[in-house]
Amino acid sequence: MHFSFQNIIFLLVAVAGFGLFIWQAQKIRANILVGRDRDMSGNVNERLWKTLLVAFGQQKMFKRLTPAFLHLIVYVGFIVINIEVIEILIDGIFGTHRVLGFMGPLYSALTGTNEVLGALVILAVAAFWWRRNGSVVRRFTGPEMRAWPRMDANVILYIEVILMVALFMMNTADLKMHQLEGKDLPGAFPVSSLLTGLFPDSVTALHVLERVGWWAHIVGILLFLNYLPSSKHFHIIMAFPNVYFSRLMPQGQFSNVDSITHEVKAMMDPTYQVPTPPVSEGAEAAPTSFGAKDVNDLAWTNLLNAYSCTECGRCTSVCPANLTGKLLSPRKIIMDTRDRMEEKYNSPLIFNPNLYGKEAKHDPQEQLDKENHTLLRGYVTPEELWACTTCNACVEACPVNINPLESIIEMRRFLVLEESAAPNSLNVMFSNIENNGAPWAFSPSDRFNWADELYVTDKAGATA
Amino acid sequence: MADLAARGETPEILFWVGCAGAFDDRYKRVTRAFVRILEHVGVNYAVLGMEESCTGDPAKRAGNEFLFQMQAMQNITTLNGYGIKKVVTACPHCFNTIKNEYPALGGEYEVIHHSTFLQQLINEGKVKAEGGESFKGRRITFHDSCYLGRANNIYEAPRAVLEVLDADLLEMKRCKTNGLCCGAGGAQMWKEPEPGKKDINVERAEEALATLDGDADVLLNLQGVESTAPVLPAGSNRGGSVIAVACPFCMTMMADGVKNKERESDVQVFDLAELIASAEGLNA
Repeated sequence: MHFSFQNIIFLLVAVAGFGLFIWQAQKIRANILVGRDRDMSGNVNERLWKTLLVAFGQQKMFKRLTPAFLHLIVYVGFIVINIEVIEILIDGIFGTHRVLGFMGPLYSALTGTNEVLGALVILAVAAFWWRRNGSVVRRFTGPEMRAWPRMDANVILYIEVILMVALFMMNTADLKMHQLEGKDLPGAFPVSSLLTGLFPDSVTALHVLERVGWWAHIVGILLFLNYLPSSKHFHIIMAFPNVYFSRLMPQGQFSNVDSITHEVKAMMDPTYQVPTPPVSEGAEAAPTSFGAKDVNDLAWTNLLNAYSCTECGRCTSVCPANLTGKLLSPRKIIMDTRDRMEEKYNSPLIFNPNLYGKEAKHDPQEQLDKENHTLLRGYVTPEELWACTTCNACVEACPVNINPLESIIEMRRFLVLEESAAPNSLNVMFSNIENNGAPWAFSPSDRFNWADELYVTDKAGATA
Repeated sequence: MADLAARGETPEILFWVGCAGAFDDRYKRVTRAFVRILEHVGVNYAVLGMEESCTGDPAKRAGNEFLFQMQAMQNITTLNGYGIKKVVTACPHCFNTIKNEYPALGGEYEVIHHSTFLQQLINEGKVKAEGGESFKGRRITFHDSCYLGRANNIYEAPRAVLEVLDADLLEMKRCKTNGLCCGAGGAQMWKEPEPGKKDINVERAEEALATLDGDADVLLNLQGVESTAPVLPAGSNRGGSVIAVACPFCMTMMADGVKNKERESDVQVFDLAELIASAEGLNA
């Protein structure tokens, strides 16, 4: 161990890197907590089991085998390389070199796995790049996948390659340096040992290369860490809480609006007492509007959804409305939610990538007055919402259990209950139900007519 | 039901007919087929008749929570008044609403979709699908209803029901959890679709027809169908194929889609209950 100027610089860089990240994460946490409260008590075991299967186990990714396999490589690579980052941090702060080397064979297993995965990650990333930019995978296109989301996806891939290249640069230089000096280097380097021929024979040059690789790797990781909160890639963190807090109810069950239950009960029974919720000090008043007009009208889990979305578009690619050419894209609803949160509340510190939202706003056709500049209308149009068949295909498809349908229904509720802005044919359906007890304009007295023919063609039974 | 109650009796099951089952001319046939099965196996059942009202499903899905709850409370009052414990319905929308959304409003029942009910009758040997129409050699493909499948995880029951028919059962590319909506859920049944390239039911009907025909080319051109293995040699045996459904909305949408493709002469859309009733010789 030898302290040096380098260690002090490293300590400062690391503290700044993590500090900045925590600051950004706090802003995102605050954005999410703007949402309405939702009871999450109980069911811990069920939730943990789900997290294990869906988030850690990638269960839902495997509905599509090719991307699932490529994603698995990058995912496992990410987890294993994180173990190595711990070593880098210790080495950086205390001036040690490969401090975990004392573990012997275990360390060799770690570095060996790391190297193989690193090489596979480069291949997987190349395949991902081709899928996005070369081949035509329909779900990577679409109106919401404009400037920033497109660039973001590629930036992530480039950074991942740079990080891996830096890792191999560091390992190869270190390995060759030790070989030239006739010393043993702890660890196994199946990939780097193939690359030593490409490196110079000077120990000094190798030392510089090793340091450049080392610094590029860790600084790259810290920069990437701080890029995440502005990027769709934040899903690598948020996927886990998002799956943990995802719905446990049957997909067909829509939430009950308790405030309406009290009203309806009071209407049907004048003696019904609406329970008054305990008013705690400083608590906000109960929601005064039905449904969701803006992001703060959604539940916090819906907002957490927006930060867990990696814009893969599996939801949109199975949406019956979207694939028959309608305006609705479940992915866009989720992306809009995030953009709107960052416009209205906290924006990530370093980047302000809400290009999608901004583009829409600068369009003179889309100039909206301040009143209407909310999630609903400012970002999501009623036409999108009314195209939804509530079929749950998007919910089923999402690998991290995002539920676009909940948000869609909340916004429909706002349109209907607050603005009476349903399409006219739906208003006709509502009044049919109100007046006839059926969504069609039939008289309730005809409800039993189906049985008439039954008696003609079948034995008369006491069916009523 | 009121007559039964007047006699002081409580039926074993309540058959919830639903608005489509009561008013839609096509679906009334399904209601009657199901009633014939109930009569045939001698189940003690009743219907609410004029006392039944819309469950509120389309209102809730369209965002009108207030209207939904009014309907729900009214129906719950009726059902609880008669002491109903067990409800069977042929409509996945009624099924989903009564099963999942009524408990929060005080309506707790054992709710069974008719596909599950039919499966139970078959398992108990009460329905054998013998003595009536034979489906041997006919092609049947089942269209999953979203509100039965994804909404409530019922995928096997309707397939088990079809299996007793001794027909050639084919699966569409998009089936079970990946099934494609007929286009009518979420209150779409009562409005024109939003502007787009195609209607959803046409897309789905194309897929069903291509599956029944073994037409790989059509399957290849469907939106969002990623892999295509030809199901059958192209152009073989088209006659008398069936798209089986278990939902009144799917019935309407699929029948319209088949009509749109001018295939109603050789492909028919039937509900599970109709197929079973035919096979059992109950359809007069």
